[in-house]
Amino acid sequence: MEIRDQIRQFLLTNFYVPDPATLADDVSLLETGIIDSTGVLEVIAFLEKTFHVTVEDVEMVPENLDSVTRLSAYLARKRG
Amino acid sequence: MFSKKTLELDAAAEVGKISAALRAALGRMRRRGLVVGLSGGIDSSVSCALAVSALGKERVFGIFMPEKDTSDDALVLGSKLAETYGVDTRVEDIGPALRAVGCYARQAEAIRTVEPQFGEGWKFKLALPSILDGNRLNITRLVVESPSGETRTHRPSGAAYSQIVAATNYKQRLRKVTEYYHADRLNFAVGGTPNRLEYDQGYFVKLGDGAADFKPIAHLYKTQVFQLAEYLGVPAEIRARTPTTDTFSLAQSQEEFYFSLPYDKLDLCLYAHNNDVPIGEVARATELREDQIDRVYKDIEAKRRTTAYLHMGPQLVEKVPQV
Repeated sequence: MEIRDQIRQFLLTNFYVPDPATLADDVSLLETGIIDSTGVLEVIAFLEKTFHVTVEDVEMVPENLDSVTRLSAYLARKRG
Repeated sequence: MFSKKTLELDAAAEVGKISAALRAALGRMRRRGLVVGLSGGIDSSVSCALAVSALGKERVFGIFMPEKDTSDDALVLGSKLAETYGVDTRVEDIGPALRAVGCYARQAEAIRTVEPQFGEGWKFKLALPSILDGNRLNITRLVVESPSGETRTHRPSGAAYSQIVAATNYKQRLRKVTEYYHADRLNFAVGGTPNRLEYDQGYFVKLGDGAADFKPIAHLYKTQVFQLAEYLGVPAEIRARTPTTDTFSLAQSQEEFYFSLPYDKLDLCLYAHNNDVPIGEVARATELREDQIDRVYKDIEAKRRTTAYLHMGPQLVEKVPQV
């Protein structure tokens, strides 16, 4: 499964998204309320466990974590 | 020009307005007085003083509800307040009830998933970094202190964080249960003491400190609450005390736990955001940069979004017209 699909699957399974069609790749997860600050902790734990990366404090910014596209791009950079 | 003076109010007129609203609300609810939980902090103190001003001291009942993490000065300051206004009070130690429902054990269980040594003699708190430091997401840290005084900071898992918060919320909920016991006994209503920052930003526990029949200061910015405190003669020691959560075993400011910004600056930012004040004027008044103010506004909106549920009552399938 592609990274992007794994991330989408995690978000749809772990959080409550009444209409999965609203989870477009570029939509803000925070602004749409799909995740909150506790959800960010869960996303980070998912990234670290599933993709064997360490999310540093300075990397916990919206540019890295606040959409499926941004998460995918961040992971791609981390895994080189 | 927008400045700290913008938030100054006519204290006498405001007390008159709140008093009239409280008397009218009690009339609608057919209650005979108001129960106020007293923490020794500025908000509960001003709420108590307002109730006395509106109803007379005989119709106000104050309750102190300490537990093992309550600061030593809470009871001293609360007693001083009750003495100042001549209010009848009762001390209700909620510690045994919290122990019985597993509040402390559930907190410790969650903390041990990230700090296995946590146990007797250790202290902890949840803390946020300042919002002014950068474009970071609101990630809460778990700070623990060993019996020897060594401090460690952890990023908790989502499950651990949620369990710590859920267990801690027993405190606010048991306090409210106790307030309603006395309210039912006396035929009084229960007061809620959030100020506008807390009410707007969802800094309360649903069915805990968020539950009440009347909230006298929910429309007032924190600096306005301090202004009323001075007008109403709230003891100087209470007015000088730093607002704390008084919830965790390690000392913690409200700014560190939730607001990420000193209350006087957040007051100004919230007012400015609500009233579309030009950002240049906000920057001058708050001594913050425009990019920092922009982050504060985004944080205000984020907190409104994520805490909207706390303000909601039970959702019905359809309206029941007879109620």
